[in-house]
Amino acid sequence: MTSSDRTLKVDIWRGNEKGEYQSFEVPERENQTVLDVVTYIQRHLDPALAYRFACRVGVCGSCTMTVNGRPRWTCRTHVSRVVKGGKLTIAPLTNLPVIRDLVTDMTPFFEKWRDARGRFVAGDGPKDELAPVQPESRERSAASAAIECINCGVCYSACDVVSWNDDYLGPAALNRAWAAYNDVRDGDRNGILKAVSQGAGCHTCHSHQSCTEHCPVSLNPTFSIAGLKRASLKAKLKGALK
Amino acid sequence: MTPLSYFLQRGTAMLMVPLIITHLAVIIMAVQGGLSAEEILSRTRGSMLWAGFYGVFVLAASIHAGIGMQTILHEWTPLGRQASANIGHTLIAILWLLGARAIYAVVWA
Repeated sequence: MTSSDRTLKVDIWRGNEKGEYQSFEVPERENQTVLDVVTYIQRHLDPALAYRFACRVGVCGSCTMTVNGRPRWTCRTHVSRVVKGGKLTIAPLTNLPVIRDLVTDMTPFFEKWRDARGRFVAGDGPKDELAPVQPESRERSAASAAIECINCGVCYSACDVVSWNDDYLGPAALNRAWAAYNDVRDGDRNGILKAVSQGAGCHTCHSHQSCTEHCPVSLNPTFSIAGLKRASLKAKLKGALK
Repeated sequence: MTPLSYFLQRGTAMLMVPLIITHLAVIIMAVQGGLSAEEILSRTRGSMLWAGFYGVFVLAASIHAGIGMQTILHEWTPLGRQASANIGHTLIAILWLLGARAIYAVVWA
């Protein structure tokens, strides 16, 4: 039997918060990704299946789903790596509201990016001068280590603390805040520490490291959050967080 | 968790490591020749060293347990942030009072 004769049994979540799994038979192919499987179902078996994707090459971060119980970027996840006994179970990301089928509402995820103040705030320096940032400096190295996030939401879905505490800012927003904090050109770095120290901010993290374990681009949000904990605690003890 | 409660939680944890080791080591040494109330009290009565040791220990353990319980209640039960904090702070007071009473009993009573 060649691989083209074999089929995969694929259970896919249908509905929103309430719903059930629907089973499909999908031809097994060489070098097939989980996104290929979902796309096959949508194009050949059920055009009403809702899912989200864009780039298909691991850049946009929009195709993440829960595959056999783990959050993954489906465009870069080969079926052969995750299939168990010829079966795939595909569900939307956890810790986010489900709009329909495999599509989640990312609004809470991005609202927390805003709340963690992960955007650049210009300083008072002259606008026609370039700020010198040494590539080997400690801040630039820390920012570089955290900056390649693709906003996919895998870490947010994998985080136990997010599942327990709706208000927790989560690993992605805090990782972004750490990258922004290490941008020496930022005009209000203390404002970032204030933002991540309020309510369920960086100190809420239990350092379980699920974010680091699951991050598809091998970032280490736990390390970033630890940096924010240290920096904001120092600022607090110096009275700079009032 | 606020930066201050984070600091207190981690700080009391670090503080308790040598205290727990000393506490356990003294227990193991003390029971070698049998254990009696008289023997314990002869060591602790009037001892400012043990009063200070357990005074710090009780305070650290009360704070650590109270903050930890506050976090667990907020994350694992339907209780909100304020209700969890109130219970945690009450627990700190209760544990500290119980511990202080025990220290008073073995050092001064």
